Amino acid sequence: MKNSRTSSTPHDDRPALFAALFAAVLLCALLSMCLGAVAIPPGEVLSALLEAPQGATAQIVRYARLPRTCGCLLAGAALAVSGGVIQSVLGNPLAAPNIIGVSSGAGFGVALFGALAPTMAAASPAAAFAGALLGMLLVLTIAERTGASKLTLVLAGAAVSGMFSAGIDAVVTFVPDALNGYSDFRIGGLANLAMSRIVPAFWIVLAAMALIFSLAGDLDVLLLGADTAQSLGLRAKPLRLALLALAAALAGAAVSFSGLLGFVGLIVPHIMRRLIGEESRPLLAGCALGGAAILTLCDLLARLLFAPYELPVGIVLSLAGGPFFIWLLLRQRGGRSHDRAA
Amino acid sequence: MIELHDLSAGYGGRDVIHGISLSFPPGRVLALLGPNGCGKSTLLRTALGLGPSSGGQVSIDGVPLEALSLRDRAKKAAYLPQSRAVPNITARRMVLHGRFPHLSYPRRYRQEDHAAVDRALELADASGVAHRHMGELSGGQRQKVYLAMALAQDAPTILMDEPTTFLDIGHQLEVMALARRLAQDGRSVVMVLHDLCLAMRWADDIALLSGGRLAAHGTAEQVYASGELDRTFGIALRRMETDSGWQYYYG
Repeated sequence: MKNSRTSSTPHDDRPALFAALFAAVLLCALLSMCLGAVAIPPGEVLSALLEAPQGATAQIVRYARLPRTCGCLLAGAALAVSGGVIQSVLGNPLAAPNIIGVSSGAGFGVALFGALAPTMAAASPAAAFAGALLGMLLVLTIAERTGASKLTLVLAGAAVSGMFSAGIDAVVTFVPDALNGYSDFRIGGLANLAMSRIVPAFWIVLAAMALIFSLAGDLDVLLLGADTAQSLGLRAKPLRLALLALAAALAGAAVSFSGLLGFVGLIVPHIMRRLIGEESRPLLAGCALGGAAILTLCDLLARLLFAPYELPVGIVLSLAGGPFFIWLLLRQRGGRSHDRAA
Repeated sequence: MIELHDLSAGYGGRDVIHGISLSFPPGRVLALLGPNGCGKSTLLRTALGLGPSSGGQVSIDGVPLEALSLRDRAKKAAYLPQSRAVPNITARRMVLHGRFPHLSYPRRYRQEDHAAVDRALELADASGVAHRHMGELSGGQRQKVYLAMALAQDAPTILMDEPTTFLDIGHQLEVMALARRLAQDGRSVVMVLHDLCLAMRWADDIALLSGGRLAAHGTAEQVYASGELDRTFGIALRRMETDSGWQYYYG
């Protein structure tokens, strides 16, 4: 059977691709640890991590670079996988966490929680998840009521995102301390992170990822269309809802410490679909690696471009991601297979 | 065996099929014929519970459809829908999805699943394209892959909605021959067909739908003799005896 391969497909070079992605993640993480306002050689980074922290260099590595790098890897992976799941489940290439109201909902959750219970920062990922889920359900309900087309989904997302953004602004107007670093949060930024804010989000991301990957086979069957899926014994509705809730948990966890980062969840799944194909398990694994690498790289650029001044990473992402996305749209023109299914 | 008792169904409060009683006996190929829009697809979908019924009942092996879980239904009957998605995955992966009802969470494919997939690919004559992506295949090749997916499901009943569309005449005959082989293995095969002559030549039984009602049902011979086909389609169906049995034509 193996001899019948007649053309080179993404399937054939998958191991090499994953090795390359993995290497890219490691390289980005290493550069992120070493470079910045102060360049630190890899050897010193290592010794600062392994030995007791002494001196300014070790302080920078442990309390600035390490949380920042971990935050980038985690948020990038979570947002990209969330976007990949949302696009697949909705069969809509225009969907992504920041487009269908998940991110702004999560942001509103974080802001409101920050205003009401400023001392319980560890629980803010849970608030983000609740907000993300609320935003997503609102958008899906509105889109379904108005015809469930790809466009109404995006329009409903824009409307709901606008409302949640106004909500965030209102909360911050009344309680200025609800979000530490308000403009960073709005644009998306990972400066001044502490490990204590990443750890609760990490557990949520880990659990949600594990569940999503265990459902990858079911997701593949869902992609065959509602009739085929049901005739194969799949209960489509509960699965859709479960997957979207998990995607909301991922995006919410990321937003809880990184703010409203756009584009990672939209662009990375598109790139990975082209490189890997649509089989869910490898696709989502590729999203996780690619998202981690790209966000870390963008954050590095944000630090280095105007050093010693820093840009919020959201600005770099949008400046790099926007044109790239337009290029993708122009290049693609013809429909992809998953454009067709409603 | 799937049995329909006085089944009615439709969309948006309007019935498309009315009071149909029909069974799909094992070991036989049943062709579902009728003009466009007469409810053939609705009949298949309702028989599997993919769409709601507005009256009557469906039972599988004597058990009411509602009493069976989706997974149990999938083990009893495979379904090849009329419109088929083309995900960007390999053909083999596609056929592997046919094993879905036989796995429980978290769905790890076992050795026997891969063996079933190989058998199904072989039967549907799709082994040659197993490692190619669905998007690269021709309409006919995709059709065979979908057919293989339904076969991999290993269900005693197979319902196919227009399995011969996109296929040239040679491949249409292959599909009909495959249907016959499946019936000889003791499965019940139901297919919606548009080519009357193909259906009359190859199917054991014919069910003719007209305006959502069962206009005729019986062996090909009986339905031909009833003259209902001529009335329903507004044609004059004739036949001629050849060395390989009756051949049908119309004028």
